[in-house]
Amino acid sequence: MISFLIYKAILVGVVFGITLFIAAYSTYAERKVAAFLQDRIGPDRAGPFGILQPLADGLKFIMKEEIIPNVSNKILFVLGPSIAMLTALMAGVVIPWGSTLVINGETYSLQIVDLNIGILYVFAVVSIGVYGIMIGGWASNNKFSLLGAIRASAQMISYEIAMGLSIIALIMMTGTLSLREITELQTGAVGSSWNFWNVVYQPVGFLIFLVCAFAECNRTPFDLPECETELVGGYHTEYSSMKLGFYLFAEYINMFISSAVISTLYFGGYNFPFMNDLGMDQNIITIIGTIGLFIKIGFFIFFFMWIRWTIPRFRYDQLMNLGWKILIPLAIINIFITGLFGIL
Amino acid sequence: MELKETPDQFYQPEEKQYSYLNLGPTHPATHGIFQNVLKMDGEMIVESTPTIGYIHRAFEKLAERRPFYQITPITDRLNYCSAPINNIGWHMTVEKLLGVEIPKRVQYLRVIIMELARITDHLICNAVIGVDTGALTGFVYMFQQRELVYEIYEEICGARLTSNIGRIGGFERDFSPKAWDKINRFLKEFPLVLKEFENLLKRNRIFIDRTVGVGGITAERALNYSFSGPNLRAAGVDYDVRVALPYSSYQDFDFIIPVGSNGDVYDRFMVRQEEMWQSLNIIRQAIDKLPDGPFHADIPDFYLPPKEEVYNNMEALIYHFKIVMGETDVPKGEVYHSVEGGNGELGFYLISDGGRTPFRLHFRRPCFIFYQAYPEMIKGSMLSDAILTMSSMNVIAGELDA
Repeated sequence: MISFLIYKAILVGVVFGITLFIAAYSTYAERKVAAFLQDRIGPDRAGPFGILQPLADGLKFIMKEEIIPNVSNKILFVLGPSIAMLTALMAGVVIPWGSTLVINGETYSLQIVDLNIGILYVFAVVSIGVYGIMIGGWASNNKFSLLGAIRASAQMISYEIAMGLSIIALIMMTGTLSLREITELQTGAVGSSWNFWNVVYQPVGFLIFLVCAFAECNRTPFDLPECETELVGGYHTEYSSMKLGFYLFAEYINMFISSAVISTLYFGGYNFPFMNDLGMDQNIITIIGTIGLFIKIGFFIFFFMWIRWTIPRFRYDQLMNLGWKILIPLAIINIFITGLFGIL
Repeated sequence: MELKETPDQFYQPEEKQYSYLNLGPTHPATHGIFQNVLKMDGEMIVESTPTIGYIHRAFEKLAERRPFYQITPITDRLNYCSAPINNIGWHMTVEKLLGVEIPKRVQYLRVIIMELARITDHLICNAVIGVDTGALTGFVYMFQQRELVYEIYEEICGARLTSNIGRIGGFERDFSPKAWDKINRFLKEFPLVLKEFENLLKRNRIFIDRTVGVGGITAERALNYSFSGPNLRAAGVDYDVRVALPYSSYQDFDFIIPVGSNGDVYDRFMVRQEEMWQSLNIIRQAIDKLPDGPFHADIPDFYLPPKEEVYNNMEALIYHFKIVMGETDVPKGEVYHSVEGGNGELGFYLISDGGRTPFRLHFRRPCFIFYQAYPEMIKGSMLSDAILTMSSMNVIAGELDA
């Protein structure tokens, strides 16, 4: 029992640490990717190749003066970024970061909790995230913030429906809500068992999910809640110091979690081709699988950035049209077709 | 103490309640100091009230206290994105007053400079349309090219943004070989970048959705407001000062005036884009046809003599002194000269009473006119559209407020 608790505590700590680490280095990667796409150098002052830039940024955020507007609702003003950060961090719990490790005859799963409703949990937690933005935007008592918050909530609510519907098709196919079971069903990919990744069976669902993930993370082309050319800073216009840092950080964590969910649901999670045919030890397969998962996540994070620095953003009404008139019908058709194949 | 109840100016007891949003004077999207008080119904703009005059610097009044050659730096600060056009326009106005014959070479060199300036102006405008729709990357590439143009200015006159380029009567010196190298380099590199930028946005679905039908104005309304330049041409009227009233030998060159149809943001973007290609074309033609000859007109009353002359020749020293002190004779008269500026017809209305300074100088500033139409153009559109409309009209605070 004690060893179980210790192992879980270590696992929680590691996942927490890795999430923060990757989110921090996403900011660095974002700037480097932007620089690469824009023919610039990017941050290169802090440490070799600017590798310490996230630390410098964090330090700067902490050292900045904390300003809470007099006209704001102070409790909610502080609560906003806290909720955003908290919910962003909570989603990592159910994601299977790897298969199982066998040490001294005992098996250790590289997943904190294997909830049988893992997907629902992720959805629930991510949905709460919008409260952070709404509360922050409302509590600032600033019209730009309020507009940003309204845009954020409207966007999140409408895109969550399409996202959920795209997942339903996947669940109909796999027959489970547990993220680990969904991953296990994709084992092997190429090789003895010929279980393909879900993206092969659900290409439309994947595309819908991807688009919705962009909207959920408030990334371009769906970055309306914070588009600086219209709303100054959007919902975080009035924020300063680490509270602003929390909002920005939460966005990067969300991006990381979204990438992890996409990889798990549609790209086989920790599975990799020929994994059962090379005759490797289970532990080695697990480690390679985990590394593979992080490579997939890294690719999707890069994809998020690639899109951000390439294409323009939607207008508010166009965003709503896309969500309600295109994605949701498309997702429903996808469910229908999946059902049809299920019967046959 | 009892608080006195003050009536809220925005309170409307019977009507629907609207919110008021201050767009500006400092807002990241208003490129300069503009203020717009928007009356908003959610995200829709019901009404807008622009404020003009935040950076009014009384240029026209200042000009009445300055000798003619000292007015050039003032014109820099009008449309600072294409300062050389303003400078050269002013020089040409004075030359028109004096009735001087300008050598062909000077005219051609001026055409090269003015077209380079037009390119910088249009590229900033189009790049900023990209930024305001959220596509930042094109902007960076375009700005790199602007830098190349500024290096050309630097080689010719020593300055960059506020160029103060040229003199009344011509240029202070001929273009150096280095300047020609830089111009040729720009002509070689810029088309590639421009093409790339065009590919990035021209057929991008999101960009088209964002810009087509946004911030439109009909040709009739545009003419009623006395629009000119790319904004008028986007609405479908092919009026270009370079063709209508050719100056500085523009009649010698072949070029097309691109014309739009709807007068919306996309048309303005495409008109500017095509004008950049045409400007490149004109520059190439000017370089090919460039005649030899002096690089300034023979007007000793206004054009500073070379330094060797000043130090060794009594006449030259006297002229130098008189020009610097602004004591040369100016004919009486009234002159209007207009050039096709970056934004439209930039006019100079000059009345001289024979004194050392203009009696009255009026700048016809296209931005001042565009901004009058702005509330009408954004009425009923969304906040995002308002910002795009503003950036696509290329309203520049310096020119708006003078």
